[in-house]
Amino acid sequence: MYRILRQIAKTGIVTEPPRRTDENLRQIEQRLGDVVLRRFGRSLAIRHVDAGSCNGCELEIHAMNSPYCNPERLGIRFVASPRHADLLLVTGPVSRNMEVALRRTYDATPDPKLVVAIGDCGCSGGVFGESYASCGRVSNVIPVDVAVPGCPPDPAAILQGVLTAISARAR
Amino acid sequence: MRFEPLAIEAQPLSGALPAFQAAVAAAELRAACERAQAGGARLIALWGSDETERGAGFAAHLALAFSEGLLWLSAALDRERPRLPDLADLYPAAGRMQRAARDLLGIEIDGGDRRKWLRHGAWPADEHPLRKDFDATRRPPLEADAYPFVRVEGEGVHEIPVGPVHAGTIEPGHFRFSIVGEKILRLEERLGYKHKGIEKRFESLPLAEGARLAGRVSGDSTVAYAWAWAMALEGACGAEPPPRALVLRAILLELERIANHLGDLGYLGNDVALAFGFSQFWRLKEDLLRLNARLFGHRYLMDTVLPGGVARDLDRAGAEHLVARLAALRDEVATLRGIYDEHAGAQDRFIMTGQVPRELAARMGLTGFAGRASGLPHDLRADYPMPPWEQLEVRVAAHARGDVAARASVRFDELLESIRLIETLAGQLPRGETLAPLPPCPGGRRGVGWIEGWRGDVLIALDTADGGRAHRVHPHDPSWRNWPLLERAVMGNIVPDFPLINKSFNLSYSGQDL
Repeated sequence: MYRILRQIAKTGIVTEPPRRTDENLRQIEQRLGDVVLRRFGRSLAIRHVDAGSCNGCELEIHAMNSPYCNPERLGIRFVASPRHADLLLVTGPVSRNMEVALRRTYDATPDPKLVVAIGDCGCSGGVFGESYASCGRVSNVIPVDVAVPGCPPDPAAILQGVLTAISARAR
Repeated sequence: MRFEPLAIEAQPLSGALPAFQAAVAAAELRAACERAQAGGARLIALWGSDETERGAGFAAHLALAFSEGLLWLSAALDRERPRLPDLADLYPAAGRMQRAARDLLGIEIDGGDRRKWLRHGAWPADEHPLRKDFDATRRPPLEADAYPFVRVEGEGVHEIPVGPVHAGTIEPGHFRFSIVGEKILRLEERLGYKHKGIEKRFESLPLAEGARLAGRVSGDSTVAYAWAWAMALEGACGAEPPPRALVLRAILLELERIANHLGDLGYLGNDVALAFGFSQFWRLKEDLLRLNARLFGHRYLMDTVLPGGVARDLDRAGAEHLVARLAALRDEVATLRGIYDEHAGAQDRFIMTGQVPRELAARMGLTGFAGRASGLPHDLRADYPMPPWEQLEVRVAAHARGDVAARASVRFDELLESIRLIETLAGQLPRGETLAPLPPCPGGRRGVGWIEGWRGDVLIALDTADGGRAHRVHPHDPSWRNWPLLERAVMGNIVPDFPLINKSFNLSYSGQDL
């Protein structure tokens, strides 16, 4: 226990508002925090759905939940069921084998709901395109509010996409 | 030349890897596999191909690992009724690969499990996407997807269906648990949800664009796949990357290994309610990702390995910075390892959980770090020391117990070994070019790439067509061989330990589903 406490104390708080290298991220988070606070009573519940990605976008969604970024302090948390979610974060070109599951997940999410498509594949089908096995972009299967390009988009870009989606709905 | 282990004629395949190709008659395939298995050869991959445009029928291909090198063994199959003998009793991992070949090419299997595997409802049973006459742009109407799971019956037995959409940020797949109380009697996996037509896609792209797609077969192993693709293509067209590029590739591969092990060690802490471990390891991982971006232009190193070399050079200042940062990382990891090792709660959950004994691992073909945690000492970097590993004397991590604790321990060992390798490699970067142009690749050439990625050995088998295109590309993820062992590892464990056991393997869905 002593070693854990010592390591925690030695590490300090790495969550970064003031990092100069990430001024962009800091500004996004500040605005995101304001909107989440105002519109969602400090509670934005996100459900992630991988509809056929290469797993690259998932790496960045995990990285978004690292202590550097820590969206929970903004009132944003990832939930285990679409029934608890305000927003779906969907990655991948939608494989045809996931088409039904994605539609069902969307239907299970209560209204009003938002959808943010993540990554070049979510935006356009990316390197996989459309084929017998791929429906391509997410908006080919369910309505999408915001699409975030990048292969994969970094945590700042994903947060920016979430901010854009909830700001647009707030208007 | 004579390939002695199987007593057949074989030809060496050009390229960096000790690899050979041979053909046997379909009727001889099973006997050849029996000899291979009896001689200790491991099955790496099994796939099929449509050779009708070359005036033949179909073909079955196996990649087998001998101590001499990799053997690409092919058997021509009948054009009208392609059939393959069941090989799953010899090599259990072949079962799902055979079923995939049946779904994608219509190659019937004589005996064994004949349920569909990658096909769900996206195309009918009598159509086969990897046949040359299948139009990849056409989308047959979605069919209802029925799949006969194996039912476990008896008093008090019930089922928990999980997925394809999981509770966390994970790839999609379906797990069917049969349980009594909390205890898992049986787990049956159903995968294929991410099948997005990667192999067919390769055939529609010029070879020059293949690297980008190869690097996205499984995004967490992008360096391993991109290198395997580069190695296959360089072999097929007879090109050799500059020595400096090879050393840089090895640095990139070890950086990928470190990043993935850091992330998973964090999640192993998280899964036993040691949130401290998650925060600490993900802090270290994020530091590394940012370093990757700074030095190589991409947090996950995508598109840094290209056929002919690498996309980015590392200057002297960059190399020194990298080595200094990794030295600091080594100290941090050592501290955290001490904490994990002495944390009674974590060790209680890790030890004897999700065990795969050595005999089972060997029989089923467990590979990669999970295999090494079960006492199987295979590691391509040490088994076939080609440049740039030949002088490095890679220390292969090993453990005997095969449980979650062993897999965590092997990850720690490999992470630290990767730091040592990068330090050595960065100190002996040869001068010269980092990218050599590839000559045009004629049709009918074969090449293989085989790389020890962080999860295990990644294989790409390439057969070229005229006009700078691919006739057939089979990318093969080590997860094909490890997924069936996860079913075995969880038996007798409690349901709440499943996420922990699953994470201790962290297998790829995308790489298996293709």
